[in-house]
Amino acid sequence: MEDLIASLVRGLGLGGLYAVLGVSFVIVYRATGVINFATPALMILGAFFTGSFGNAIGLPFWLSVLLGMAVMAIIGMVIERIALRPMVGRPAFSAATVTVGVFIILLIVAGRLIGSELLTVNDPFGLNTISVAGATVFTIDLARLVIALVAIGIVGLFLTKSRTGLAMRATAFDQETSLAQGINVGRMFGLSWGIAAAMAALAGALLTAGSSGIETTIALVALKALPVIILGGLDSIKGSVIAGLIIGVAESLTRTYQPLYAPWLGANFDVIVPYLIMIIVLMVRPYGLFGTKEVVRV
Amino acid sequence: MTNATKASERTVKGRPQLFTSYAREMSILNTRVKRNWVIVGIIAMAVIPFFLQRDWVALLTTVLIFAIGGIGLNILTGYAGQVSLGQAFFMGVGAYTAAVLGGEAQGNVIGLGLDMVIWLPLAGLVPALVAFVLAPLAARVRGLYLAILTLGLVFIGEHIFKEAKPITGGAGVGRAPAEPVFLGFDLFSNQTILGYRIDRFTVFYVACLVIFLIMAFGARNFVRSRFGRNFAAVRDRDVAAEVMGVSLLRTKTLAFTVSSFYAGISGALLSIVIGRISPETWNIFLSIDFLAVVFIGGLATISGSIMGAIFVVMLPKFVNSLTGFIPGFGGIGEGGLLNVFELQSIIFGLLIILFLILEPRGLYGLWLRLRNYFKAWPFSY
Repeated sequence: MEDLIASLVRGLGLGGLYAVLGVSFVIVYRATGVINFATPALMILGAFFTGSFGNAIGLPFWLSVLLGMAVMAIIGMVIERIALRPMVGRPAFSAATVTVGVFIILLIVAGRLIGSELLTVNDPFGLNTISVAGATVFTIDLARLVIALVAIGIVGLFLTKSRTGLAMRATAFDQETSLAQGINVGRMFGLSWGIAAAMAALAGALLTAGSSGIETTIALVALKALPVIILGGLDSIKGSVIAGLIIGVAESLTRTYQPLYAPWLGANFDVIVPYLIMIIVLMVRPYGLFGTKEVVRV
Repeated sequence: MTNATKASERTVKGRPQLFTSYAREMSILNTRVKRNWVIVGIIAMAVIPFFLQRDWVALLTTVLIFAIGGIGLNILTGYAGQVSLGQAFFMGVGAYTAAVLGGEAQGNVIGLGLDMVIWLPLAGLVPALVAFVLAPLAARVRGLYLAILTLGLVFIGEHIFKEAKPITGGAGVGRAPAEPVFLGFDLFSNQTILGYRIDRFTVFYVACLVIFLIMAFGARNFVRSRFGRNFAAVRDRDVAAEVMGVSLLRTKTLAFTVSSFYAGISGALLSIVIGRISPETWNIFLSIDFLAVVFIGGLATISGSIMGAIFVVMLPKFVNSLTGFIPGFGGIGEGGLLNVFELQSIIFGLLIILFLILEPRGLYGLWLRLRNYFKAWPFSY
């Protein structure tokens, strides 16, 4: 029972992380129809900036996370302006391949910036534990869940309540009509990338909090948000929250129980569980739980 | 023409570029210039290794192998319009099929030590079979969904490779690849022909060249057939193609199967060049390399894929020799702005972006521009 609760909480923490990454993917996809393969590198860069603000300048964790997100938002907008804006009107897979190029470059830059020295995000959670319903769980897992939900809630409020959010949703719905209504569509693309990069930075800070240090090798963790958005639907923020939590919990439960009950599946089987879930979803329901079904015309 | 027997071969006197039949226009070498240059190119490729150092020959062999894999991915991505990040997985399947059939048993690792006549075709056929089984799944999804699906395939494949220790040797350990012994003739050993000693890298290069030529012409022939036209129809508008009676499932399955056949052969040959293969070889970055071959070379051209392969494989060597002249770029572990490896990767990423933005037709598009410029020279059009 304690095992179960502990792994559920760990899974929910992981799920919160995936949800944040999923929202990052979804926002770019909704605005531009492109899957942003640069997200892993944006995440690592975000973690680096957060860690730098925390360690080099000595700011408190909260402030350094916010500053890291702000810096990454600017970087995201610059990338969109330079590399992605010229691709407007081109096939979506060409633009997606551009983000692969961006990924390679940013990953190298991040690796160079981090260097060989150990860098942590300087978080207050560390390896502290707390007792939940008799089970001992890490504080960081609860913090991940809460911070993720708050951040996604703020993004959701921004999109539904603010004037700019309305403009962003209009752009996602129909670019030409939005242009005719006087919306600066290009700026909305930039803003989407800014928000997506900021969310990726937050994910980076949450991922590396409580761990030993920031390394570029953990970047590929962000790709596990792809199964999340497939499960939740490529254009649904609500979907990516729910799917993120489902996949996080599934992965965590596998990590706890697979070595006991199905050791023949091999070590670290939990790492590929999200992808297996994704394949099943694509077979059964290709547009995910909350995605809009694509209407195709000749 | 005096010896023109069939109507399809007849040309109009003084107008060598005028086609009088569809078959003539669609033939692989449809112009005299193209035919002559292809012959010159093949002779040059066959002769060049005899004048080069051993490491350059190995590099050229890698170019040929990348070209085979690139052509395979181009059939899928360029001609049939299905973006796949799964190339590395199918290459891995091909490499391990070859290693199990053609390699030697060591410790717990299986190896049957069969001849290349058996393992080379099977190194293509087994991945093709795997793709055939997976294709109905892939045919259900389109566009970027497929890219994500195949990305998942690479991660799942890497896990399977790491766990299937009797086949792959396990993570971090790896195994020896297949032995390239063709009908008892070792293609990776020093040979003496007519008193002239030939290095084993050169021998293997020539073997790869023959395989490459067969596969490149095979692909060129394939894409101009009925199936190639089906691919183009599905790529350009899949719903319209379906309405016209092109079966989407069958076409996508065929594209996947053929592409994986090429990937498997490429993987098997690459494992021999690498020398020892570990499960980590077949990762997402290898897939990205092949995507770069296709996009930098040019979508839907076989010759473009060859140019792309030359470019992607040669780039590190080129950057390496260039860094000696530019201050600020040290070797690995040295100071400076960036080390050589980092500079290579950054240039690689930049080139993918620049080609996609500035010349979506890739290197082949650059060649077209150059050719069209000189075609009308000195007039601008």
